Amino acid sequence: MNALVVAGVLLVILGISYQTGWSRSRNLVTTNGVTVHSRPQYHGTFTALWAMLPALAVVLLWAWFGGDITRNYTVSLIPTDTVMSLDQMGLNNAINRINSLASGYGVTGELAPYEQAAGDALRSFNFITFAGSLILAIVAGGAGLLYARSQITARLRARNQVERAVNILLLACSAVAILTTVGIVASLVTEAFKFFTFINPIDFFFGTVWAPNNAGGTNHGQYGLLPLLSGTLMITAIAMLVAVPVGLMAAIYLSQYAPKSLRAVAKPLIEILAGIPTIVFGFFALVTVGPFLRDVGNAIGLQVSATSALTAGVVMGIMIIPFVSSLSDDILNQVPRTLRDGAYGLGATQSETIRNVLLPAALPGIVGAFLLAVSRAIGETMIVVLAAGNAPILRGNPLEPVSTITVSIVNQLTGDTDFTGPQSLVGFALGLTLFVVTLCLNIFALYIVRRFREQYE
Amino acid sequence: MATDIQTSSSASADRRKLVRSGLRRRHLNEQIFRGLGIAAIALALGFVALLFVDVFRKGIPAFIQSNVHLAVTYDPAVIDVGPAPARADFASEAEFNAASLKWQREVALLNWNTIVEASLRKALPEGYEITSRELLAIPETNARHAIREKFVSDPSLLGQTVEVDVLASANTANWVKGNIDRSLGDTQQQLSAPTRGLIDIFEENGTITNGFAWSIFTNVDSRSAPASAGLLGAFVGTLWMMLIVVVLAVPIGVAAAIYLEEFAPKSRLTDLIEVNINNLAAVPSIVFGLLGAAVFINWFHLPISAPLVGGLVLTLMTLPTIIIATRGALMGVSPALRQAALGMGASKTQMVFHHVLPVTFPSILTATILGVAHALGETAPLLLIGMKAFVASVPATPLDQAAALPVQIYLWQGNENRNFFEPRTAAAIMVLLGVMILLNGVAIYLRSRLEKRA
Repeated sequence: MNALVVAGVLLVILGISYQTGWSRSRNLVTTNGVTVHSRPQYHGTFTALWAMLPALAVVLLWAWFGGDITRNYTVSLIPTDTVMSLDQMGLNNAINRINSLASGYGVTGELAPYEQAAGDALRSFNFITFAGSLILAIVAGGAGLLYARSQITARLRARNQVERAVNILLLACSAVAILTTVGIVASLVTEAFKFFTFINPIDFFFGTVWAPNNAGGTNHGQYGLLPLLSGTLMITAIAMLVAVPVGLMAAIYLSQYAPKSLRAVAKPLIEILAGIPTIVFGFFALVTVGPFLRDVGNAIGLQVSATSALTAGVVMGIMIIPFVSSLSDDILNQVPRTLRDGAYGLGATQSETIRNVLLPAALPGIVGAFLLAVSRAIGETMIVVLAAGNAPILRGNPLEPVSTITVSIVNQLTGDTDFTGPQSLVGFALGLTLFVVTLCLNIFALYIVRRFREQYE
Repeated sequence: MATDIQTSSSASADRRKLVRSGLRRRHLNEQIFRGLGIAAIALALGFVALLFVDVFRKGIPAFIQSNVHLAVTYDPAVIDVGPAPARADFASEAEFNAASLKWQREVALLNWNTIVEASLRKALPEGYEITSRELLAIPETNARHAIREKFVSDPSLLGQTVEVDVLASANTANWVKGNIDRSLGDTQQQLSAPTRGLIDIFEENGTITNGFAWSIFTNVDSRSAPASAGLLGAFVGTLWMMLIVVVLAVPIGVAAAIYLEEFAPKSRLTDLIEVNINNLAAVPSIVFGLLGAAVFINWFHLPISAPLVGGLVLTLMTLPTIIIATRGALMGVSPALRQAALGMGASKTQMVFHHVLPVTFPSILTATILGVAHALGETAPLLLIGMKAFVASVPATPLDQAAALPVQIYLWQGNENRNFFEPRTAAAIMVLLGVMILLNGVAIYLRSRLEKRA
């Protein structure tokens, strides 16, 4: 309700100020017959900016600090000795009771002697502060409007000023990307640092046992990264064994052999795989691929778990096929035609041209694509959460359940807000490891791909 | 001289022989290579087909639900409460509300299972022996709530008999659909022998019927009554998040792209932003979940499991995609258009906003829809900001606790009642894929339409 009133008032300020600037500018033209520097809508926007910015500032300031001020006022309404006798929880409870009295919902149970009076006082306080901040916003907006209106002359460079404001807004938007990175790095590093105050980094990075003690207490358990890392690498390797041959051959066939009609149909169909959510692949792995691989294993006398590194790896490989194939397709298309024509001229068959000329020429780019695919496989979460079996044990058999870095992050961070123990903080240490590894892979891969492009430009 | 020609011609004949002899092998290699390519394509397309067929085969049965058709008698002997309070008897609205709440509480405390059981017994064949516990295993546990709600909304039903369809329980539905091996012994069955026999009789005489499972779309998740578990809460939660993504990611992303492509001076800073955006696009999604948990929940104290936080995290994740796509679109606009605008005296800002941006609109729209479709299926970051929680309500605002479609899939696949929830999970996947295909279809359609017009 209050938010709607505020939004309405702001809209009214916006409308009035724009209209004021616009008509003032029109008057300049009609009455004086002079040449005006900017068109009327720029004067309108100029005035609207001057009116809206102060009004918005007031509203935002109140939104930011209003809650704390109201809370302090509410606490001051409760008798001092009562405040002293309450702990944090009891105090919050008392504040909530007064709040619901003030809002008119009423409370259950007996009223303490001070509560009704406090509720009434809080209600009038809420009303006064709300009305006060609203009036302040209107006054600030009005002042801005009047100032801007007084500035409007034929020579005012309103367009340039509006464009400068637009430019600043655009810059702020692109800064969001930087802020995101800063936020990621800051949150990962600070929380991981807290984790390392509990657990020695050497024990973390080189430990071979992953056994967090989630029960709490002084015994935190062991947090060795190596079992998770080996699981991650094993699954990634299996995924690449599936994705690279299939993806690369598909790209070669589509870009070199396939008739246009087949290419037009097959390429988007393969790319459907890229659009399917990973949770769907996870479900597919869990209920179809896993049992299938187990049955095949039993038939040939191998003990294969339904949820294993193999299951997760194969399905992840399927997921990455379109990624590999579309990147390789791009890269193969960038190899100059002259190289291919030269090979044909020497009498090479098409496959010989591809294998001996095209692929060596495209190799750096394909390696880059491969690294990008590896980085994606390492960071993939839902498939391994569902299908890898969650067994953080250091072992080399891909037919048995394993666990990965991402699985452990999901297991350790269940949405609790208190990041106090190493049990949840380890999620950030793992996340930092994951972030650094994928970042290095990405930077290196992008560097290789760019070098490759420049080579043929 | 003559001998030279002779030797060279014989040498070339030799060489030709050599080439000929190798030709068979080389052509065979060519065929094999080409075959491998076809095999790779077939394999990739086969995976697509397999995945869809598998999910559909598993999911379609879940769209059929079993209903139990009951003739419910609102027996005054059981429903032993006074008449519902009428508004006219009370001085104020508040007193009336208090009285009707008190009445509803009394109604809720009645033993409604007796009424359910009585109506089931009416449908029993003559002389069929079955305990009330076994009998009540047939309808879903929330059947009594449905019957009670009907009475609360219309108290005049007291003493009357009305026909009501209630959901059959998950075990009943499994038995009816044949998901349970009928040859298993009594000890391994969830339902007792008399119950199973009765279900078969009910199915034959039309007391149990199968119909389209609207409940999947109209109900929220439920643990106590699994047969009534639906996707509505998750769907609305996802809708809130997508709304936030569209409202935040599109303007910010497009603005950032315009700045970087059109206005940014070539400096260290803009280079840094550029590298940064390319890398952000490749950061694993789970890292964005960690960011959300640490920054939005732990530092800013935003509510846990709320679509607001989920939407913000997905926005940050989608931004790089939209920025990169928009930049690509801006780059593709012909320089002639720019120069014509500048030549007519437009300022740079006017040139960008009045002339360049409208041309790129179809590409930006497509990129936005594809970005949203991608965000729609993202699961891992949502788990980290607490959306794992079981939520059985429809979020009214983005600050309420909510589930999301992909998270609901994750929760359902982990349900212990595998026989019942595996099809239901597949059905939820079908809904999710349906929404994504719809979005992609809209993107393709809009692009082709708008490009034709432009």
